[in-house]
Amino acid sequence: MSASATRRLLATLVGVALAASAGVAAADKNWKQNGNSKATGLEQCVRPTGEIRRYHMDLLKHQRDITVHQGVRKTTDALAGCIDCHANKDAQGKPVPVDAAGQFCLSCHAFAAVHLDCFQCHSTVPAGK
Amino acid sequence: MKITEPTDQGRREFIGKAAGAAAVAVAPGVFLHSVAESAPRADPVTSKVRWGMLIDTSKCADGCTACVQACDLENGLDLQQKPEGETESAWDQQRSKWIRKVKVRDNLTGRVTGMPVMCQHCEYPPCVDVCPTGASFRRADGVVMVDRHICIGCRYCMMACPYKARSFIHEVVEVKLTSAPRGKGCVESCNFCVHRLDNGGTTTACQDACAKDGHAAILFGDIRDPNSPVSKALAQYSSTQIRPELKLNTGVRYHDL
Repeated sequence: MSASATRRLLATLVGVALAASAGVAAADKNWKQNGNSKATGLEQCVRPTGEIRRYHMDLLKHQRDITVHQGVRKTTDALAGCIDCHANKDAQGKPVPVDAAGQFCLSCHAFAAVHLDCFQCHSTVPAGK
Repeated sequence: MKITEPTDQGRREFIGKAAGAAAVAVAPGVFLHSVAESAPRADPVTSKVRWGMLIDTSKCADGCTACVQACDLENGLDLQQKPEGETESAWDQQRSKWIRKVKVRDNLTGRVTGMPVMCQHCEYPPCVDVCPTGASFRRADGVVMVDRHICIGCRYCMMACPYKARSFIHEVVEVKLTSAPRGKGCVESCNFCVHRLDNGGTTTACQDACAKDGHAAILFGDIRDPNSPVSKALAQYSSTQIRPELKLNTGVRYHDL
């Protein structure tokens, strides 16, 4: 088998594997169609989608300092808001952690290979107040 | 910022809005002093308020742990899990506690006094002095807190605190509350239920629990406001700080100690 043929075969195999995993997950790239979170019913996030994709980490980091040090909680940019809106519910109506495989946060972060440190301390489901 | 946009536009908008807001507030005359609203806080905290507490030890019942239990529930401390194989006594020493029920005995007279001891929210907090990263800080409204985002878990603050108020999280925490994030490797302590205060609340969980049990030993409020119940009580009754010789000007005071 030539090198190019091997490469083509590998690409096909990877494609099939990806398609299979996409069918299992509740909310991956197509989280809007497959999920049932509050966010699925909304036109756009707290900012235009492109802006959120590119700058959400900066917004969150900015907000965390303002909230912790200045006590400002009236904001659209709090992590608690993201989780409240983007957590799917399972068949029993229990919220699914946003950092579970295939869920909103991890589906992108796994693809981009960016470590998610938020949830070492923060709750991954809407919990209490 | 676009080149065509005037550079001071944001400042102008801000001043315009601020002037409008001031006019609205001043015109009726009633709203000069903002009322306690139950909405999430939109403006930064200021030093016009200093949160403080007066604890009447004579009302603190022996054997009652209502404040400790309420604190555990409110701040998710009950969600901590004992690591496998650890003994109960070791875990009791290691787990995070924000309030400790303490008994002190006067050796001369034999009088025993019980009281809850939590972070005393000092004006000059030693934990803030020693923190190498600035994670331990005092908010403008007098609440001494840890910013877990920048805490490196060195535990200098625990050594510096004369009140043994701080705890270290030794293990991974699986379940957390939204209002009380908590993770392995950071120090934490009582924050006067800051999520309540920031959302318009004016009470702490321990105070509510103590009042509910009929003791009402804990009085919490703004000690800068002379008309607040806690200020009035401080003016009326004798009170003391724990370790007053350290001159930390604590926000938590004790009566009948």
